[in-house]
Amino acid sequence: MTAVDEVKIGGMGASRRRVEDARFVRGRGNYVDDIKLPGMLHMEVLRSPLAHATITSIDTSKAWEIPGVRLVLTGEMMAQRNLAWMPTLSYDTQAVLATDKVRFQGQEVCVVIADDPYIAKDGCEAIVVDYEPLPPVVNPLQSRAADAPIIRDDKEGQTDNTCYRWEVGDRAATDRAFATADVVSKLKLHYPRSHPSPIECCGAVADYNPATQKLSVFMTTQAPHIIRAAFALVTELPEHMIRIISPDIGGGFGNKVPVYPGYVAATLASILLGKPVKWIEDKTGNLISTGFGRDMYLDGEMALRSDGKILAVRMHADTDQGAFFSDAQPSKFKIGLMHSAFACYDVGAGHITAQGHYTNKAPGGVAYRCSFRVTEAMFFQERMMQAAAVDLGMDQAEFRRRNLLHDDAFPARTPFGFLVDSGQYGKCLQIGLDAIGYDQFKIDQAEARTRGRRLGIGISTMTEPLGAGNSREYDILGIKMFDSAELRVHMTGKAILRVGAKSQGQGHETTWGQIVAHELGIPAADVIVEEGDTDTAPFGMGTYASRSTPVAGAAIAMVSRKIRAKARKLAAHLLEVSEEDVEWELGRFYVRGAPERGATIQECAMAAYSNMPDGMEPGLENNAYYDPPNLTWPFACYIATVEVDPATGVWDVLRVVAVDDCGVRINPMIVEGQIMGGLTEAYAAASMQFQTYDADGNIVGSNYMDYLLPTAWETPGFELHEVVTPCPHHPLGAKGVGECATVGGPAAFVNAVHDALSDTGVRNIDMPLLPDRVWQAVQDGQDVSGMPPVRSDA
Amino acid sequence: MYPSRFRYEAPRSLDEARALLTRFGDEAKILAGGQSLVPLLKLRFAAPELLVDINNIPGLDHHREDADGTLRIGALCRHVSLERSALLPGRHPLMASAAPLIADPIVRNRGTLVGSLCHSDPQGDWASVLLALGGSIVALGPSGRRTIPASEFSLGPFQNALLPGEIAIEAVVPAAQGHVSGSYLKLERRVGDFATAGVAVALEMSGDTVTRAGIALTGVGPSNIAATAAEQALTGRALTTDTIDEAAELAAAAAQPRSDHRGSAAYKRHVVATFVRRGLQRQEVGAAA
Repeated sequence: MTAVDEVKIGGMGASRRRVEDARFVRGRGNYVDDIKLPGMLHMEVLRSPLAHATITSIDTSKAWEIPGVRLVLTGEMMAQRNLAWMPTLSYDTQAVLATDKVRFQGQEVCVVIADDPYIAKDGCEAIVVDYEPLPPVVNPLQSRAADAPIIRDDKEGQTDNTCYRWEVGDRAATDRAFATADVVSKLKLHYPRSHPSPIECCGAVADYNPATQKLSVFMTTQAPHIIRAAFALVTELPEHMIRIISPDIGGGFGNKVPVYPGYVAATLASILLGKPVKWIEDKTGNLISTGFGRDMYLDGEMALRSDGKILAVRMHADTDQGAFFSDAQPSKFKIGLMHSAFACYDVGAGHITAQGHYTNKAPGGVAYRCSFRVTEAMFFQERMMQAAAVDLGMDQAEFRRRNLLHDDAFPARTPFGFLVDSGQYGKCLQIGLDAIGYDQFKIDQAEARTRGRRLGIGISTMTEPLGAGNSREYDILGIKMFDSAELRVHMTGKAILRVGAKSQGQGHETTWGQIVAHELGIPAADVIVEEGDTDTAPFGMGTYASRSTPVAGAAIAMVSRKIRAKARKLAAHLLEVSEEDVEWELGRFYVRGAPERGATIQECAMAAYSNMPDGMEPGLENNAYYDPPNLTWPFACYIATVEVDPATGVWDVLRVVAVDDCGVRINPMIVEGQIMGGLTEAYAAASMQFQTYDADGNIVGSNYMDYLLPTAWETPGFELHEVVTPCPHHPLGAKGVGECATVGGPAAFVNAVHDALSDTGVRNIDMPLLPDRVWQAVQDGQDVSGMPPVRSDA
Repeated sequence: MYPSRFRYEAPRSLDEARALLTRFGDEAKILAGGQSLVPLLKLRFAAPELLVDINNIPGLDHHREDADGTLRIGALCRHVSLERSALLPGRHPLMASAAPLIADPIVRNRGTLVGSLCHSDPQGDWASVLLALGGSIVALGPSGRRTIPASEFSLGPFQNALLPGEIAIEAVVPAAQGHVSGSYLKLERRVGDFATAGVAVALEMSGDTVTRAGIALTGVGPSNIAATAAEQALTGRALTTDTIDEAAELAAAAAQPRSDHRGSAAYKRHVVATFVRRGLQRQEVGAAA
């Protein structure tokens, strides 16, 4: 007997095929809309057509007359049960159903519950709502105007449209550094509003059983335990009588963390009617009312020495929060982890100020694979790096090389308070430059320019904080940001693993088994993984912000080690030696000095149920709650090359090279899939994707004709490379990776287009770099700023 | 998708279909590929009383040439059939060039050319192709069959020249003379997006001389636009840098673009000129080869 082969059992480093795909690709998944309960009714939402208006009357009588309509709920009826408003995770309130006025187009006004969804929709159309229009406020500039209407007049003491103010860093030290600068480089930009747009929209089946008084809610949520906690804390339902079940989820990207009015209304309807109520949001409902990302205006500057050394950075952010401050994020910082900007560089001093603004737009800001505003931070950082290099007349790569943290700098405290703990930044950059053929490209670029062709190369290097907690600094509603795992090994050595995270497509069922395989030598295929049911899974904080592997993955390693510790005692008993004489190799204990005498993990498992030593508790199961000591700090270097057609403004991506250091990779194939998906989203943001509002507050981007997702046709190919710097505090050395490419990718594309236009005087074209905006910039030799305008000059 | 309530009929013959259309008049809509109609039903922007599904009617899915070279495309001929056609490349280069640029592969599998023409969306691509080729639409109505020139078929956004009770059964492209060339150029933000601007160019040449020019524009007006001045400027002349530039400028002048989130009017006009120039330069190369 020897140790089992880790690759063969699907352990760490195996590109094991995703076990969940067997049902996904055969159409045998079990999503919320697949749940059908006896007697189930259907709910539709009536939404506001106006961005800002007082509700003068709501007449639901015609809806009640339609055969098959069972219930119509208005804000007034919610208010009678103290449910017209609900708390948000950012300590604001949000309307469930509007009572006084509507504050954004698409806001929930009424719901109709009927025998089928067609009737429910007919019922919504039969409701007559009278609105008295108010002036709409559609951007921060309008929001802070002296004569702007107060959007949140429902809030005591709210005298303007300011949502929050916040600052971090050392203002005085930053001012001093700027006073000594040789060069001050400036940049102003807008990161447009984008939407995570998971293919599956939000939905719920609420099932209140009047006999047992138990409420079960099947729900599209990335964080079922947080939902249960929120329900228990804001309603009178006892926590043990609330069961939240998150079945298969068709993508989340942060869109499915908040509590949405539809969940609350469906739940109340089920309680009132004593029947299951299903609510399935349509695509437009999802795009116009649920958590979006970005919509941030950034204005900053960088103090530089003429030799290229960064002395300080200063920036101000204005965030457009929409009508409610509903950011679902666990930090105590009002603007999330924005201040992770410049964490990979030695920037000396820094100071950041931020202000949030209420507007008559859908609420949100931190959804979409961004790790709470890190996307905006890294985009600004890398656009600023390019602008500064241009101002210095210095090569892009060389400027980064001079300022990146050196390998011996770790752990390094950033000017904004983060502790960056590991990395090989220079090596990653060099691998990327070599892969793209940087020097040769510069030669080709110059040669092409002489023939009227515009080539460009863009670099983006960044580290970002992934994997909240630790519990000292991160919580949701006071609940600390740990995560959990519960492992039960059956007598034949097969196992069930229950985890507090919740996959939305990330492949947890595959990856988690690999961790158990690595720690215990049990083949990954012998481990079944369950998540998402609050009655069975241990309490966990869910999956978002790339936290599953950093936190839940660590808990799985820790619980496996507890199991191994007990198995060691069982092995000693079986081998009739003392525990100190037992050695471990993967999948097997053996007697020190007599390696042929051993007991496999499976034999230990059988003994736990059939042959345990005197005094030992039977069974082989345990749990672990893991509170990470720090965030994890993956590093990435993304390089894109493009060609711009100046006659049309169309730009084509020539190549994309990605070098990711996310520490130890558990399943390299899944990691690569995450990176490719992220790069695709980055390309989308850079090239085509945005949501905006016209002057009346009408949303543009309410369907897939206007809100563009790239298809396989447009999406460029990606060349992936890796560097492995193990995370110093994670039990497996792993770091978060899910969001790296979405966060770091956009700047590579945008920098490449600007590089192609380097002789035109154009310093900044705001995303998305749609062909008409690129053409306009080249035409005028000027920047193009802000959202693509919704024009109608005809 | 939860549309308003509607009645559904699936006739087996054109006569049956005609009878239904006569009975229901404006309240009936024909369902062929459904790629425009179904989204309108979903959004409840369209709420017809009756859907007449013509997919069970035999003899409408063809695209074929008559003995004289006239091309006929039946009302159930899907975009994908044209995209994969062995008939089009070489003999009908503009058609062959446009077919793969229609919407996205999923739409092409179901959608039809005739349905696209009937929908009369000014951002539809096929109407420009038919205009450039001098094509027509055959309609069958209570009083029989009539042929409507493509130039008279679209009356404006989402309005066509069909009379109540009429059904479009075929699109017709006349046989071309001499050396034939053509191409369709389309600027879209993403595959499946409507054209920001599109240009159809069709040429018939005798030696170096253009004997017939067809140029039509997509997405830059209330209907697809035939750039007749540009066509005339080329007819009887050779393709040179000067004549190409002249045609490009005339076509751009014929465009009536509006600024919207796909681009400014000035931008779209510029793209039209650029695409006409590129389309003609391609033919110039083709003619020399």
